[in-house]
Amino acid sequence: MQTVDQKDLAAFEADADAWFKENVVRDPGFMLPLTFMEVGTDQQFHFLRDWQNKVYDAGYLGAAWPKAYGGGGLHQDFQNAATRAMRRHHGPIMLNAIGLNWTGPLLLDMGSETHKMAHLKGILSAEDIWCQGFSEPGNGSDLGDAQTRAVRDGDHYVINGSKIWTTLGRYAKYMILLARTDANTPKKYDGLSFFLAPMKIPGVETNPIRKLTGEHGFTQTFFTDARIPATGLMGVEGGGWKVAMRTLEFERGARGGQAGGYVAVGSNAFDVLDLAKRMTRSGKPVLDDPAVADQMVDFLMEIQAMSLNGQRTQVPNLVADHPQGIPLASKLMGTEMSRRLNAFAIRLTGARGAYYVGESEAVDQGIWARAYLNAFSATIGGGTSQIQANIVGEHVLGLPKS
Amino acid sequence: MQDLGRIGFSEDQAALLDVATDFCLQRSPVSTVRRLMEDELGHDPGVWKEMGELGWLGIAIPEDFGGSGLSLAEVVPVVEQMGRRLMIGPLISTTLAAQALVVGGTEAQKRNVLPRLAEGVAATVALAEADFDWEPDTVSCQALEAGDGKLVLRGQKVLVCDAGVAQWIIASVLYRNAPALVLIPRSALPEGALRRETVIDETRRSFALNLDGVSVSKEDLLDLDLAATALNHLHLAANLLGAADMIGGTQACIDYTVDYLKTRTQFGKLIGSYQALKHPTVDAYCKYEQARSHLYAAAHCFGEQGVGEIAVRMAKAAADGAYSFASDRAIQFHGGFGFTYDCDAQLYRRRAIWHAANYGDASFHKAKLAKLLF
Repeated sequence: MQTVDQKDLAAFEADADAWFKENVVRDPGFMLPLTFMEVGTDQQFHFLRDWQNKVYDAGYLGAAWPKAYGGGGLHQDFQNAATRAMRRHHGPIMLNAIGLNWTGPLLLDMGSETHKMAHLKGILSAEDIWCQGFSEPGNGSDLGDAQTRAVRDGDHYVINGSKIWTTLGRYAKYMILLARTDANTPKKYDGLSFFLAPMKIPGVETNPIRKLTGEHGFTQTFFTDARIPATGLMGVEGGGWKVAMRTLEFERGARGGQAGGYVAVGSNAFDVLDLAKRMTRSGKPVLDDPAVADQMVDFLMEIQAMSLNGQRTQVPNLVADHPQGIPLASKLMGTEMSRRLNAFAIRLTGARGAYYVGESEAVDQGIWARAYLNAFSATIGGGTSQIQANIVGEHVLGLPKS
Repeated sequence: MQDLGRIGFSEDQAALLDVATDFCLQRSPVSTVRRLMEDELGHDPGVWKEMGELGWLGIAIPEDFGGSGLSLAEVVPVVEQMGRRLMIGPLISTTLAAQALVVGGTEAQKRNVLPRLAEGVAATVALAEADFDWEPDTVSCQALEAGDGKLVLRGQKVLVCDAGVAQWIIASVLYRNAPALVLIPRSALPEGALRRETVIDETRRSFALNLDGVSVSKEDLLDLDLAATALNHLHLAANLLGAADMIGGTQACIDYTVDYLKTRTQFGKLIGSYQALKHPTVDAYCKYEQARSHLYAAAHCFGEQGVGEIAVRMAKAAADGAYSFASDRAIQFHGGFGFTYDCDAQLYRRRAIWHAANYGDASFHKAKLAKLLF
């Protein structure tokens, strides 16, 4: 491990602070998405792509990725400092989430030199947008049963089938694709292969899906005899399940190496406390109601516990019994809290909880209702909370498989 | 964003956690716990002596008075591991008595009593009264002038832990209409002043204390100027150590349940494979990890003005939530066996209820936190 000169680090953070202060545009004149899963208009897309590119150019994204692949070659502490600065100045989200947070670290971890050279820089600059082809209409939680077929034909694989919940599908240049290369293996997992697949080729079509919020954000992707280069195979044919599982560890934040920044701006318990202080019920501040106050404190305790959990994982003595416990449980804890917190926020607004985005009388332009509905993207996507609970139960506590 | 505390972990904490993990596992198998539940004394004097030799009773006592000069942060891992093994003995009580003197005692009291406590002489505090109020400064027991430099005490104390073995009891009293603390030597208690209470946690020894007619010297009053500070300190220290005992218990209770879920078969399957049992067990585990993070933040930040109180109250509230849930589900998930006295789930559940009832439960602390945070 490199040692970090604290003076260098402080100077870097001060520079980052100044840069974000100068460059963050908080109100571009249209509504910005709260997460990378909600990019619904070309206007939003282009704004966010330009923003990510600008942050990367300034050296505040991928600062800890190797220089040879377009990164900054610095210690992770520097990227963390840049991310802190970004957050302090409420910078818009990083757009290319699937590239930055899961494909990139996956390639750095187990990709070939050719793949790293070909893809990492484009991920950081947002020139190459990435999407993910794991879930299928018939296979969500049971990912190992994926049926999209990939048949080798010379230097290509021919893809047929359909993937769903393809975030950024309309804009993506590449997809990380899990497909079945062998339908006859005794174990279904052994028939799967993992591809870095181009999207802008004949035979690939994307249809927008409308979310429960009414917005567009992702697509269903159809493959009809789409020919992808065999060079896009990651690892070996039939070894795709292992690569997919590693990808999910990055996606769920159970493993580090992400490029930095953030891809979602969640409302946290302190924002909800600010909301609570503005709301009244029966002519009195809503926080005068002891039941409301009790719940509010619960949320503040929970958000504090999650921050402390992160700090505790840095102290090996304090996580000795279950070293992987907190990392594996953090998605479950964080996403479920966010869902409950936003539902609580709607309740705080009383009768105006009936309003939605677009109504001028809605509290805070209706963001609490929208945030609540969008919160399900995280309790369902990347493995539902129920699957997460199985993972924690089986891999942390050692309970038998369900 | 407001600072609500952070995790820190000293080398001394690490060393004590290591030693205590091993010691408590060795000395307190559940068969011993159950044997001591039946025993009038309630703990093993040999093991208590060993704890003294390990230096555990002087951890948070200054070096000048025979201790190690560390802080309550270093007591926390010891109490956590004791709670994990349902271990008992007057360690928390004696530590609290020492804290009362460290923070609010006179020089003479510190010099005379602290070295004895560090050596392993037991002591305790008597704060709760028959109004069963958790506020540390609502006191109705009285210390009245009796001439000749004497005080006569009046009133009843309840839930006085380990009073049966304590050589000193530090009680809160009203003196000249203000809350004060008084150091009562064992010898000042008349026959029958202590009555053993029947409490839900059968590992615990708790007493009602009748102060009527107890006579002490005015020299036995702790420093009157520091009384309010000391009372508040004791309230928070008791909650910190209570939370530590609870977090240890929560961990053991989850482990105990998981063991059963991994071995008991019904309908041809291990019952832990059923999500109706698996998922609530995971919920219990998540609550445990969160509560343990709160505990070690509270331990680290205990002495910080403002932040310390927030962190301690969060730790106790989180510990109550986690222990209550884990032990309640532990009974349920053991099925018919869970309803029996032989199943250990009840031991954890009773201990959780004991701690919730002492020095404030989750809703009490959350109401305090609302005032501190909003």
